[in-house]
Amino acid sequence: MPTTGNSEAIAAAFADGPAYVPYLAVGDPDYESSLAYVEALDRGGADVIELGLPFSEPIAEGPTIQGAVVRSLSAGMTPDRFFEFVEELDVDAPLVCMTYYNLIYQYGSEARSASESSGDAASDGPRAFVEKAAEVGLEGFVVPDLPAEEADPLREACDEFGLDLVFIVAPTTKGERLERIMSRVSGYVYVQARLGTTGAKSDVADSTTESLDRLRGYDVPKAVGFGISTGEHAERIVAGGADGIIVGSALVDIVADGVENDLATEAVADRLESLSRELKAGAERGYAARTKAAESR
Amino acid sequence: MSETESTTNDAPEPSRRPGRERGRDDGKFGRYGGQYVPEALMPAIEELTDAYERYVLNNEDGFMDEFRERLADFGGRPTPLQRADRLSERYDRDVYLKREDLLHGGAHKLNNALGQVLLAKYMGKERIVAETGAGQHGTATAMAAAHLDVPCEIYMGERDINRQRPNVFRMKLNGAEVNPVTAGRGTLKEAISETMRDWATTVENTHYVIGSVVGPHPFPVMVRDFQAVISEEARAQSIERAGELPTDVVACAGGGSNTMGSFAGFVDDEAVALHAIEAGGSTLEVDEETGVAPNSASLYAGEEGVLHGARTKLLQDSHGQIMESHSVSSGLDYAGVGPELAYLVDEGRVTPVAVDDDAALEGFHRLSNTEGIIPALETAHAFGYLEEHADDLGERVVVTVSGRGDKDLDAAIEETDKRDIEGAPDMSMFTGGI
Repeated sequence: MPTTGNSEAIAAAFADGPAYVPYLAVGDPDYESSLAYVEALDRGGADVIELGLPFSEPIAEGPTIQGAVVRSLSAGMTPDRFFEFVEELDVDAPLVCMTYYNLIYQYGSEARSASESSGDAASDGPRAFVEKAAEVGLEGFVVPDLPAEEADPLREACDEFGLDLVFIVAPTTKGERLERIMSRVSGYVYVQARLGTTGAKSDVADSTTESLDRLRGYDVPKAVGFGISTGEHAERIVAGGADGIIVGSALVDIVADGVENDLATEAVADRLESLSRELKAGAERGYAARTKAAESR
Repeated sequence: MSETESTTNDAPEPSRRPGRERGRDDGKFGRYGGQYVPEALMPAIEELTDAYERYVLNNEDGFMDEFRERLADFGGRPTPLQRADRLSERYDRDVYLKREDLLHGGAHKLNNALGQVLLAKYMGKERIVAETGAGQHGTATAMAAAHLDVPCEIYMGERDINRQRPNVFRMKLNGAEVNPVTAGRGTLKEAISETMRDWATTVENTHYVIGSVVGPHPFPVMVRDFQAVISEEARAQSIERAGELPTDVVACAGGGSNTMGSFAGFVDDEAVALHAIEAGGSTLEVDEETGVAPNSASLYAGEEGVLHGARTKLLQDSHGQIMESHSVSSGLDYAGVGPELAYLVDEGRVTPVAVDDDAALEGFHRLSNTEGIIPALETAHAFGYLEEHADDLGERVVVTVSGRGDKDLDAAIEETDKRDIEGAPDMSMFTGGI
């Protein structure tokens, strides 16, 4: 699969076979357990891992991930702790940071206001955050509250430091908006399977197929997210044409359950690893079915 | 006097004044504003922008005519501009009160709620959602939705529900469903986030009636235009009553709908000074450790950032996490402020001032016992300001009484009991003291 991205690692993740892209909120429920959980995703076959940096007002998230955000923030997560976490993490999969724009924008603002004499205080906007992200080894960003229209400063910083900027495409994204987004996306495009906020659902919407059809002409990997929670979902989505699957809430549910029932870190990590294997295997089955169908045509 | 004459004679159509054109095309006020929202909401926002331009700006299908007619018949507009005789004497200048407390529902909030619910009907939406903090916007939206026969759901923080039970009852009386929000501290900002989530799922048949001049474009300009009736009337009434424009306009500021409504018609009258009075809470110091700002003074003390769809001035910690704001008046208790106000403050056109809880409480009692008007605690901040700064003002001051204080009586009893306020009645019999 050819790509237009900056990150070779992300391109490689989508290069042969479907990509399994899990999400967890970093620091949920605490720093040490969270390290173990993310490493479990990697062992379970993650091709790219989305690491959530919690923001106090997560307007695009449903109750599950909002719960994770609250747990992580109460345990003291900050952008600098997040960067330490990324450095300490021992995983093979490339890492993408998922967060809200204010945290990216504010990073280094203290240093900025100290040297405000040099004109526009906000002129370097997101650059400091992206520079630091590159330094600790992150490969890209997903920023759910940053529309394409406002994204140029972040896009430029990503290009400068060789990171990808992933955009979300909703079932309602069509025409000019779709063009505008697709001209700025890199790495992969996050195809939102249904309207609403994040959260595991028992069915996968038909709107996914329509969205994938609309994106057919674009030369960038398409990863479908929102509501995927089982291997069977993963299989169906990949068979339907997705290049990857993004899974968040179903994994965060396992972490939340561990907190509620006071489970040992290893037990939670094992469950995360085993669901990851199921999802990855489902995606592989879907891919095999698709390839076979294409060959027999 | 030539200036006055020219203002009187060529008083233009308000909607054509350049001051009201700001932010119209791209939703930007200088560096502020914009549309920082999840992609799933963008089509809804584009649809709303289109409807705003057609119905509000161009009066398509007679929308604005119907809006004004309903504001008059259902809302009771115009509200009076009343000279406050005792305060005028006390401060040795003419003090006029723009009586939004006399609008149906007891606060300025109906102007916006009625406008947006009517717009939703014109857009063919079948359902209304709204957030509320103190309950004023929720009750106004519930009234407007009942009046216009549209199903309505209100999101309200659990903590606010406990603080404002009569308002919850009022919403339910008008047929609205009230959904408690338990996330975070359970106040306004969590309720806004929750309402945005609902809207992200239901955009196709639902309109989100946002309660202030905040959020993504077109909300800040649209809410301003619905609330601008306050200053359009006040401007004309001032010319009619005094033959001149006021020297100063004073309005309390939380999210900023009362403030922008009170200022919009005067922004281009450069001789009129505009004072935005924010809640200084107990102190302007912030507690980084706990993420708490014991005030709501985002114009005065906030920093630029992105919240709830717009770039504006915010109360945030050094990492960019949004702080919990605090004020004795829950209606001012919000960590952000409208982007246009942030812009007008940077431009030097609007002066922000923070008035603390104590001064607001004193203002509450002063207006009650000298003028016979019990103001909302939000409004009371403006009268706290007047006491402290009257000498800095010109000879004709208009203060917007944004709402009446009936909703705040429990809080007022409790807060008064904690303080020694001159002229305040002894509240101890209500609070269990002797």
